[in-house]
Amino acid sequence: MSVRLNSRQVGDVTVIDAAGRITLGEGSSSLRDTIKATVDGGHKKVLLNLGEVNYIDSSGIGELVSAFTSVTNSGGQLKLLNLSKRVQDLLQITKLYTVFECHDDEAGAIRSFS
Amino acid sequence: MHVSEATKHIDRILDSTLDSVDAAESDILHLAERMGFDEDARYELGMAIREALVNAVVHGNQYSTHKKVHVLVWEESSGLKVVVRDEGKGFEVSTVPDPLAEENLLKESGRGILLMQAFVDELMVRRRPQQGTEVTLVKYSAMPGV
Repeated sequence: MSVRLNSRQVGDVTVIDAAGRITLGEGSSSLRDTIKATVDGGHKKVLLNLGEVNYIDSSGIGELVSAFTSVTNSGGQLKLLNLSKRVQDLLQITKLYTVFECHDDEAGAIRSFS
Repeated sequence: MHVSEATKHIDRILDSTLDSVDAAESDILHLAERMGFDEDARYELGMAIREALVNAVVHGNQYSTHKKVHVLVWEESSGLKVVVRDEGKGFEVSTVPDPLAEENLLKESGRGILLMQAFVDELMVRRRPQQGTEVTLVKYSAMPGV
């Protein structure tokens, strides 16, 4: 199963709910397309909810980095929400916990943008 | 993929496609399950195998329809051993930039070997004498001899 992505607006924050696998191929390109559409739409506060993501490979990690860079370069912020233990471990292994701001509470994450 | 029940040995030549990666990963993980690897160990093994196979298909063979990926799997007393060989140009692992270096943290690629190292107990990457790269992974069993 590839990744499923759904965007919703909470105030001025775009929340992207992701579910499934973010791996090389369809999974990573879907995320890239969604982030591009979000940035192109002028949205600068992006919260990527990974609560239902059960698997990310190195290409998926690369897409998270690409998303972060894309949003940041547009003058916005991208934060992560609801990381599973396995995804947290991946961010530790790759040292990306120093790059991403991560939250485990959506309301708190939304407030953190203001 | 041929899986012998007697030897728990897999030997397969794969096309350089992502579908082949999925199929090989699935077969190896089924073997690991029958060997008694628990879910966490299979997840870790799967991560490492996938990185090795994707490296072979994407970076080694560059999706060439003329190049194959050779996968060998043995059950050893210590655990499961997987060898992945591609037919690409080959590379020296020492030339791969450190993905944990500050200047490389925001690069989109280059983390495959790091993840393999993190998720298996033994890893060897070598340039093959004639062509391509060979990656050898060993994941130890929780119980020796299982």
